[in-house]
Amino acid sequence: MFDGIQRKLGDAFKKLRGRGRLSEANIREGLREVRTALLEADVNFDVVNAFITRVTERSVGQDVLARIDPSEQIVRIVYDELVALMGPVDHKINFAKDRPTVLMLCGLQGQGKTTSAGKLALTLKERGRKPLLVAADLQRPAAVDQLKVLGEQIGVPVYSETGSDPVTVCRNALGHAKEKLLDTIILDTAGRLHVAEMPMDELKQIDRLAKPDQVFLVCDAMTGQDAVHSAKAFNDALELNGVILTKLDGDARGGAALSIKEVTKVPIKFVGMGEKLDKLEEFHPERMAQRILGQGDLMGLVEKVARVQAEVSEEELKKQQEKLQKGDLTLQDFRNQFAQIHKMGIKDMIGMMPGMSDMIPAGEDPEKMLGRIQGMIDSMTREEKRNPDVIDQSRRRRISAGCGVEPHEVKKFIDQFMQVRSLMRSMAKMSIVERVKMMTGLNKMGAFMPGAKLKTKGDTGHRKSAKERAEDRKKKRKQDKRK
Amino acid sequence: MLKGFIEKIKKGLAKTRAVFGGLAGLFTGRGRVDEDFLTELEKRLYLADVGTQATADIVARVRQSFLDKEVTGDVRTFVQGQLRELLAAPAGIQRAPAGPTVILIAGVNGSGKTTTIAKLAKKLKDDGHQITVAACDTFRAAAVDQLAVWCERIGCDIVRAQPGSDPASVAHDACEKARARGWDTVIVDTAGRLHTQAHLMRELEKIRRVLAKQVEGAPHEVLLVLDGTTGQNAIAQAQMFTQSVQCTGIVLTKLDGTAKGGAIFAIKNKLGLPVKYIGVGETLDDLEPFDPDSFVAALFE
Repeated sequence: MFDGIQRKLGDAFKKLRGRGRLSEANIREGLREVRTALLEADVNFDVVNAFITRVTERSVGQDVLARIDPSEQIVRIVYDELVALMGPVDHKINFAKDRPTVLMLCGLQGQGKTTSAGKLALTLKERGRKPLLVAADLQRPAAVDQLKVLGEQIGVPVYSETGSDPVTVCRNALGHAKEKLLDTIILDTAGRLHVAEMPMDELKQIDRLAKPDQVFLVCDAMTGQDAVHSAKAFNDALELNGVILTKLDGDARGGAALSIKEVTKVPIKFVGMGEKLDKLEEFHPERMAQRILGQGDLMGLVEKVARVQAEVSEEELKKQQEKLQKGDLTLQDFRNQFAQIHKMGIKDMIGMMPGMSDMIPAGEDPEKMLGRIQGMIDSMTREEKRNPDVIDQSRRRRISAGCGVEPHEVKKFIDQFMQVRSLMRSMAKMSIVERVKMMTGLNKMGAFMPGAKLKTKGDTGHRKSAKERAEDRKKKRKQDKRK
Repeated sequence: MLKGFIEKIKKGLAKTRAVFGGLAGLFTGRGRVDEDFLTELEKRLYLADVGTQATADIVARVRQSFLDKEVTGDVRTFVQGQLRELLAAPAGIQRAPAGPTVILIAGVNGSGKTTTIAKLAKKLKDDGHQITVAACDTFRAAAVDQLAVWCERIGCDIVRAQPGSDPASVAHDACEKARARGWDTVIVDTAGRLHTQAHLMRELEKIRRVLAKQVEGAPHEVLLVLDGTTGQNAIAQAQMFTQSVQCTGIVLTKLDGTAKGGAIFAIKNKLGLPVKYIGVGETLDDLEPFDPDSFVAALFE
């Protein structure tokens, strides 16, 4: 999600890491890259400058005091500042006890208001509330129909009127909710292209009449420098309680998240990931900051793994565990695990795994890579899957013909698999968290990428000349002697 | 006509102008081109979403040519020229030599595809073309209804299918219908998709393949609809969509907002993709052919 900024900051800090001690000059240089990264991520210009100034001040002062690992310290400071900028967040929605709670969504056109309304309703429904969706967007053609279809999909009633005006609809919806004993009302209001054209009067009127307990601004994570404008305008008119940041499943760097919080002081409460009607996810500044710094959203990953594992039957899990313990992982099991990874969404997994975003070259499709491996396994006989040792040259040729890859790729994959299998044996005894850590370590080395072997030695990309090698040997001998 | 166009953009770009107008203000009442001036110039270009690369280039060139010189009209003309140079010459819709011209519309969710199609259909219909619209957004709830409402208002034909059906089949049917009736334009609406969703991008590629099989040389235009408020992510969008369906041009929407649309500079710079139309309002007539001269000129009015 924040992949881009992550990569950039990673580059910036790699530069910092290469140096022994930090001077003010190279703090500034490193932070210049941070600044570019933030600007490229669409963080508002002024916010970026304020941020950089703060970090510089803190870093320069601290560097003199504690000289342990200055680069780590700066990472820490940038992280702290990012968290401070985006937090704190309170995900609670306060409900009224004696009357239906009214939640109002507002925002510009095409930000995802209607979809977010559906997601919010679903979230609340799962928390045991009885929501009512109100179609107060009478402007866009078929917006009411869209909400009705959404309501049907998630089993939430939708209140709408034809030939009415939004203010009346909202007022009547209150009565309707009381009558039907529904306790939470979600108002989906109309959007305009431009803040200046927003029917602020209409929104204010709804605000006065329906007295929403909470007003949320729906904002698209892809928005550029403009995000600050609209957020500010809405906040001035309606006093927002929170922001829902949408379309975060894309690769937008989401700098808007930073700017909106800084400028309006309104917290981002939820994030929308995808058009599929799912729950709204809670916004976590810490996680987001971790991702930005290339440390990955490990907690998010662990949660996700747990969620998917809950879907897999206990029995199957046990069977797998036993097999792993004995160390006889077969290709069939491997294939099954792929299916699980698929369920979690490969893209998501990669975004959350530290270091993984560096592994996949930009534009390369990881799904395609994994797809090839699946194809290879699917082209094997049952016997081969159970016991890959039997695969000889002739079998390899048949498999490669069956899935359309070169025979040497099959060989490479099987070699990789053997390595993974031996690793799996040692992993079997670990806890899930340890396992995830292990996996991410593996991925850093590219163990799962076709054409890659587990690297045991670092590669500098530079082939040393005979002279250089001789010098190295000499140096090493000297060092050994000293010891 | 041209004057009307300029007026419209001016109105639409009121905010853009406020930013660039400030830019114009930057050129008067200042002494010399110094670091302060350059920082201010950088800031204003950034605020217009012009992006790191183009901003850095322009600032560097101004530094090179004008540092320590008096701030005069020359600097302004220079910046204006630099911006203009970053944009392509205007271009219209490429028509098919024979058979129906097929226009594929793609873009991320909420960028304004459906509204753009309505505007484009209206425009082409006014030009005397017979149009059918293929409602291939079979995913989003009520998207087809939204398009149908527009088509009814414009009075053009629409080919639609059940929600959830294969969008490529709708595209196929629309082409067949257009050929059978001898209509000359097919506009294909597609569901909004984020450029990072590989499976949805494949679906889009499939629609393209089906169109190519149906009509020779189709699609003749692949227009990417970009939200003018989008920041630097617009570049990634243009890149990925071009990679998968070979876009031929951009329709920049929501320009009547506070949006500055500065991303188009970076996109032209990186991908060479020209802007063909801009959406400057909410009514059906608010789609204008993109004219880079007026665009840059309006920014500096």
